[in-house]
Amino acid sequence: MPQSSFIDIKNLSVGYTSRNGKIIPVLRDVNLSITRGDSIGLVGESGSGKSTLALAAMGYFKRGLHVISGQVQFDGIDMLNIERNALQRLRGGRLALIPQNSGQSLTPNLRIGQQISEALRLHGDLPATSFDVGVIDLLSQVRLPDPVGLTDRYPHELSGGQQQRVAIAMALASNPEALLLDEPTTGLDVTTQAHIMELLRDLAKDRNLAMLYVSHDLGAIARVCNKVMVMYAGETVLTGSAKQVLLSPRHPYAHGLLVSIPRLNEASLPQALDGRPPMPSETITGCAFADRCKLADQTCHKSPPPLNHLETGEAVRCFHHDQIGQLNQKTEKSARSNPTAADKGTALSLANLAVSYSQPGLLSKLFAPQDTPPSTVDRITIDIKKGETLGLVGESGSGKSTILKTIAGMVPAQSGNIILNQAERLDMMVEKRPAAHLRQVQIIFQNPDDSLNPRHTVAQVLAQPLRLYYGLSGTPLRDRSIDILEQVRLGEHYLERLPSQLSGGEKQRVAIARAFAADPEIILCDEVTSALDVSVQAAVLDLLDVLKRQDGTTYIFVSHDLAVVKAISDRVAVLYQGRICEIGPVAAVYSAPFHPYTDALLGAVLEPDPDVAPRLTADDVVELSPPKTGCPFQRRCPRKLGSICETDIPTAQEIAPGHVIHCHIPQLDL
Amino acid sequence: MTVSSTSHQQEHGRFITVMKDILARPSGRIGLTLVLFHILLALLSPLIAPYDFKLQNSSLMLSPPSSEHWLGADHLGRDILSRTLMGGREALLVTGIATPLAVIWGGFIGILFGLVGGRVDEVLMRIVDAFLSLPWILKMLVLIVTFGTGIGVLIPTLTFFYGIPVIRVARAATHDIIARDFVWAAKARGHSRISIIWRELLPNVLDTLMVEGAMRWSWMLLAFSSLSFLGFGVSPPTPDWGLMISDARGFMSFAPWGVIAPVIGLSSLIIGINLSADALAKALGIDRAQKAPM
Ligand SMILES: Nc1ncnc2c1ncn2[C@@H]1O[C@H](COP(=O)(O)OP(=O)(O)O)[C@@H](O)[C@H]1O
Ligand code: SF4
Ligand code: SF4
Ligand SMILES: [Mg+2]
Repeated sequence: MPQSSFIDIKNLSVGYTSRNGKIIPVLRDVNLSITRGDSIGLVGESGSGKSTLALAAMGYFKRGLHVISGQVQFDGIDMLNIERNALQRLRGGRLALIPQNSGQSLTPNLRIGQQISEALRLHGDLPATSFDVGVIDLLSQVRLPDPVGLTDRYPHELSGGQQQRVAIAMALASNPEALLLDEPTTGLDVTTQAHIMELLRDLAKDRNLAMLYVSHDLGAIARVCNKVMVMYAGETVLTGSAKQVLLSPRHPYAHGLLVSIPRLNEASLPQALDGRPPMPSETITGCAFADRCKLADQTCHKSPPPLNHLETGEAVRCFHHDQIGQLNQKTEKSARSNPTAADKGTALSLANLAVSYSQPGLLSKLFAPQDTPPSTVDRITIDIKKGETLGLVGESGSGKSTILKTIAGMVPAQSGNIILNQAERLDMMVEKRPAAHLRQVQIIFQNPDDSLNPRHTVAQVLAQPLRLYYGLSGTPLRDRSIDILEQVRLGEHYLERLPSQLSGGEKQRVAIARAFAADPEIILCDEVTSALDVSVQAAVLDLLDVLKRQDGTTYIFVSHDLAVVKAISDRVAVLYQGRICEIGPVAAVYSAPFHPYTDALLGAVLEPDPDVAPRLTADDVVELSPPKTGCPFQRRCPRKLGSICETDIPTAQEIAPGHVIHCHIPQLDL
Repeated sequence: MTVSSTSHQQEHGRFITVMKDILARPSGRIGLTLVLFHILLALLSPLIAPYDFKLQNSSLMLSPPSSEHWLGADHLGRDILSRTLMGGREALLVTGIATPLAVIWGGFIGILFGLVGGRVDEVLMRIVDAFLSLPWILKMLVLIVTFGTGIGVLIPTLTFFYGIPVIRVARAATHDIIARDFVWAAKARGHSRISIIWRELLPNVLDTLMVEGAMRWSWMLLAFSSLSFLGFGVSPPTPDWGLMISDARGFMSFAPWGVIAPVIGLSSLIIGINLSADALAKALGIDRAQKAPM
């Protein structure tokens, strides 16, 4: 062993006491040791105990949780039996935590400079006179532009990525030796995330940190971690180097997770990992993964597998880890439905659609028309064919949701037309639309927790469209509900359940069922898999694809995840600031020639492969509104030609039939 | 099976689950027991009380607890046990009527404000806030001094004043719910406004209002007793804890039993309501932001 471990967790079991007095473990006999310079990635589905373990490393347990047995040591200090004051000094001192959404939890009414000097005062060893210098030093270390000017700003004046950097700067103020990160980039844009990962990677190296990185995003883990630990149902199932775990996982669960990730270099849907992890309260006799494992046999169901330490350095909790090769053979790729084989006409036409959220008063319209801000969404012209899936990609704020809401009649169009089936106009708001049109356009939202009424059972959820559009009630209603539930692979016994009794994936299936209950022509999907675990995401994508094949439904599929869009779409439109940059068949958009923005997005995608580094072309500054004239991407474009990009709307260049790039760079140079 | 019966069963099932959840918590068990105990006592105390609460016996004036008078006698020689047993009846009656009324009117107005939104809602909420910032006792005294005392005045007064903070809570809950995607989804499907309010909004807001009601009840009890204490509540010789405390506090140093008994009566009821409200909030999955009155 080259170095003694810095954070050392030994045989740790943590649990809660259930209402009937039983102790329910959520972490079982976990060992984890981190030396300085090590960066360990902790992965697993939600509920697998990742965050509990990370918090335990700093001697912290969420309310209701307690240590059943085991030890936690930090640099030789016993974190479980340490005096409260000393513990508090350690936390946020030598040991810093960057929790999920920490950027959003900055104190809103304090200037950035004040917040960081406060952190310096609390934990740092700087004299008070040099706080100002210290603050600026920290801000530049996290690579924020104009650190001096930034000290006077308030958190809400910064973008999500900048806020996250400030949170990292605050964590660094105490000069920590260990850094715990819990999903630090969830909710950030692709390019922002990629930049923050590079920052963390460099910080860890420069400061020789001991780092524990919790994430469900294996791409991010691949970028910053040298070792990975996979958890399942509160247990370690696999540990090894990042390369070992991510490139040739020796455990069926890790294997399943990895194949469920959509990849940029594949054209098919990812493999779903069916089933769900056991609840902590379920009693498990054999291997906790047995119900979902393709290699499971009698032995697996009888006794729990021990953690085997292999010669290669990995540790695997599986009886059949030497048969893992068989999984690759059993893995037949699910082919995606045939894109628009026969042309059945146009389902929806967007013609020069523009949307604006600002409503200038009459006076400013008359006297200062040049002052009206540019429309949030503009010049959107797309014909979507029947049975086609159109993907819309772009960073947050690029107007993806706005376009969907306008089609659904929840936001008024400023100008332009929305035409259904080449005949019926959908330009009016939802209240004015005839019932027949309402049924034909359905929408599915990102977060099923938010899109299902917590007080409605599944039966009540499905009854709403069925009663509204078809006037069903009584037995026909029930029969049809069961029918639809079965289509989304849930059974009759789900009818009486409330959302709180469903897992995230099941909730999203119910939301999908509700949309299909209307038997619509077009379904608008707004980030429908973003709130789900990768394993569940694959299953939901597969379901959407199967349903579409059955019913010939047309999808508009919005996502910020380029690999997901690639997996499910036939055609893709890349949006920036509410304008189309590039549109065309998936294969064409995802290969050269690229629009500079498409290129920047694709380059920033983090692949779950430690050998692949992202290509960061554009910076990650967030723009709040589109420029008034010229190309929407002009302020961030790495290949900007000059003033023509600021004055003239880029020409639409047809690279190939149906593949259009809006850029001033001549086709041959793109 | 018709749909309405399914939703009926659903509500019924939910009541049972929530009750079970409440009873599974120590706070719920203790709280509900205390509240039930007090309600039973209020109903049965005229039958149980060993003496007539009005009966004055000058030879017993301020006498300490004895085998005949377990809790002693007050300054007029009346049996303290009998008076304490009956001392919650008036309070429970008044607050038991005024609390639901306050939640109903406050909830109705709050939901309305929340739905109207915009400028109107903002201006109206300013007025509500200004009103809430006045000390409550002042507001009530003004009313009582103007209209006089007695149940006929106390119930509407308490209903009015305790409905106002409910407006705030109901409005906030309404804002919360109508911004959620399931309401958007219902709008996008083309459901009518009424149907959205009835099906999507109300069931969620009602949970919050129930917890709020339970909490307002304990606040209101305290207010009622304070009014009695100040001489604006129940008129003598009706026994009432607030009034009893007020009467006995002059003799505190040598006859403390006169204060202790009604204090225990009042505080056990308030604690009981608070514990129940707490358990209810947890069972419904609502965070109770506001503190108990003590
Ligand atoms: N209700 C609203 N009022 C005003 N501006 C809004 C509203 N909703 C979105 N916006 C703005 O419109 C732009 C596009 O947002 P949105 O359509 O949500 O993008 P996306 O879905 O691609 O993240 C953003 O600048 C956002 O701040
Ligand atoms: S022990 Fe058996 S069930 Fe568990 S992961 Fe290994 S093969 Fe699968
Ligand atoms: S038009 Fe100019 S600014 Fe816009 S993408 Fe092309 S080169 Fe860049
Ligand atoms: Mg969006």
